[in-house]
Amino acid sequence: MLKDFAKKIGYDDPLEIYLTKLESFLLSDYEISKHSVALLLLQEDKEILDLVKDKERQSLNEILKIIQEAKAHYSQPLTYIISLCRQREASRIANMVMSFRPAHRLSLRERFSKIMMNPFTGGPILLIILYYGLYKFVGGFGAGVLVDFLENKVFANHINPFMINLVERVIPFKLLQDLLVGEYGIITLGVRYAVAIILPIVGTFFFAFAIVEDTGYLPRLAMLVDRLFKKIGLSGRAVIPLVLGFGCDTMATMVTRTLPTKRERIIATLLLALAIPCSAQMGVILALLGDNPRGLIIWLAVIILVFLVVGFLAAKIMPGELPTFYMEIPPLRLPQFSNILRKTWTRLEWYFLEVFPLFIFASVFVWLGQITGIFSLLVRILKYPVHWIGLPDKAAVAFLFGFFRRDYGAAGLYDLKKANLLSGNQLVVACITLTLFLPCIAQLLMNVKERGLRMGIAMSVFILFSSFGTGFIVNIILTLFNVRI
Amino acid sequence: MLSERAEEILEALWIQIEEQGKKSLDLGASRDEPAIEDLVKLGFIRQDKDHIHLLEKGKSHAIGCVRRHRLAERLMADVFDVKKKIMDEVSCKFEHLLHEGLEDNVCALLGHPKICPHSKPIPPGKCCLEKKDKKLLKIVASLAELEVKDKGQIAYLQAKDTSGMHKLISIGALPGISVTLLQKFPSYVFQIGQSQFAIDKELASAIYVRLTK
Repeated sequence: MLKDFAKKIGYDDPLEIYLTKLESFLLSDYEISKHSVALLLLQEDKEILDLVKDKERQSLNEILKIIQEAKAHYSQPLTYIISLCRQREASRIANMVMSFRPAHRLSLRERFSKIMMNPFTGGPILLIILYYGLYKFVGGFGAGVLVDFLENKVFANHINPFMINLVERVIPFKLLQDLLVGEYGIITLGVRYAVAIILPIVGTFFFAFAIVEDTGYLPRLAMLVDRLFKKIGLSGRAVIPLVLGFGCDTMATMVTRTLPTKRERIIATLLLALAIPCSAQMGVILALLGDNPRGLIIWLAVIILVFLVVGFLAAKIMPGELPTFYMEIPPLRLPQFSNILRKTWTRLEWYFLEVFPLFIFASVFVWLGQITGIFSLLVRILKYPVHWIGLPDKAAVAFLFGFFRRDYGAAGLYDLKKANLLSGNQLVVACITLTLFLPCIAQLLMNVKERGLRMGIAMSVFILFSSFGTGFIVNIILTLFNVRI
Repeated sequence: MLSERAEEILEALWIQIEEQGKKSLDLGASRDEPAIEDLVKLGFIRQDKDHIHLLEKGKSHAIGCVRRHRLAERLMADVFDVKKKIMDEVSCKFEHLLHEGLEDNVCALLGHPKICPHSKPIPPGKCCLEKKDKKLLKIVASLAELEVKDKGQIAYLQAKDTSGMHKLISIGALPGISVTLLQKFPSYVFQIGQSQFAIDKELASAIYVRLTK
């Protein structure tokens, strides 16, 4: 029945002749109708062409000749011609059975959509979404209430003491005890970290993101920022991985796969690694600079500036196809709760499968680094650049750990702040440098996986220099103008 | 309908009299042409010996001929980008095709021009005097040039490369489809059927739309 239906679409006469000719040469079985195979051949579908090359060795030359003839007959690409015929047929059918009453008034939904897409009202709406979705819900509820409960109540009072007790009784070796439940142990650091700190933050972010996603807001945001993004070599479409980066840069790097060109994927990956702080990191930075609004503004301004400047330069330097932007704007919808839960759950599942092992990995790394003395060597090396940007030696430890978990590095700074070892200026410079500094090890591995070893390493080197370079410049400017934060 | 030759004679006559201030046109070698006889019979011109004069009845026809010639020149120069050298030759042939409604449509397409590429005035037609509502006439323009709320049907696609073409095909922006431009800034948003799409300027200038009211 389906085969009969397929033939009912009347293509242009010459096209039908070429199709019939092609079909007569297709002798093998293709599981789909020969008409469809012939159509796909004319549209130069690579997969089908390879299949036909394989199956029709004898008449291959004739087949290729017919395709050439058909192409020569039309001045436009055959895909275009075929789409036109289909479109004609589809409208014919639709016109027989559908009619639309002209809408006299804009619906509430339409009006709201217009407000979102207007450049003047769209900005404030974005700020409202960021404030309630990111700052209040993820920052306040996720990184505050939930983390406090899981980390300080569940882990500190119950799980950690129980595991430490258990391990110390079962395993008699100090070295293995350290690996499992030591200061940087798999359970006490790795698992605690993944479950008590990252999970609530990333979970609340994914939840908020799913709500925003299901309303249809993101394409409207993409449409608003496209012009600006073109300047940094990206199209509006890239707003989706970049926003996701505020949740988890590692996942966002994987999502850059949805960008159409290699050039866009590279630029987006670089910007994610350099200038987009993930939710865990932002949580700690808000804690560090929360009581210091001027510091927070300087931090924000410098990060935005670096984001734009690096994007702009990357767009200038990178060769390749310029981005084009096209996107459907779906109607605004009230999100369905079950869908949001399912999306959040799927992402969390991914998160646990892909990222959780990396925490364990990081714990083992730290353990190895400590017992071999590599860490103390690296800390000694890092002391120099840390010194250049005007920070005390102790901050070097925070930077090294920042590499294993970017946010953990920020947490290291938090300890320094509590001990009153940092002035306001130093805190701002440290936050800026650490935000820009090498992505966490999970993201580094993802960069290498997605962009290749050479590109991954080149990016890391670039980020290393630009993060300390920016910290250096900010420190000098603050000192020169005698700014005290 | 007048013959091509007769139209050209009327045209030359009008230019001589109205633009160069002469009283009549010297026939020279073309004295015995049948076209002149026809024009005399119709009462458009008067012949005395070697000269012809334009009569009141022939004036409006003569103006129409000049107008069509200069519109054809504009069309060749502005739209088809024909080189100056061959412009006259092509325009001379083309002007005779610009009859009835076609003349006013071309005039609208060109935005009711007032002077020809040689800086001579183009006599205004009915359409120019009524042009208060320009959009009444059908014009083809790229989506990027339209104003918000303009409606029309896609006339053709003209992307720089095939990948741009594919993108437009994939969102269903195909010739014959009705579109309405909803927004121009910061990106182009338009409606096709029940769906809305956002595209950048480059893709928007690849979609050519025949405007309808």
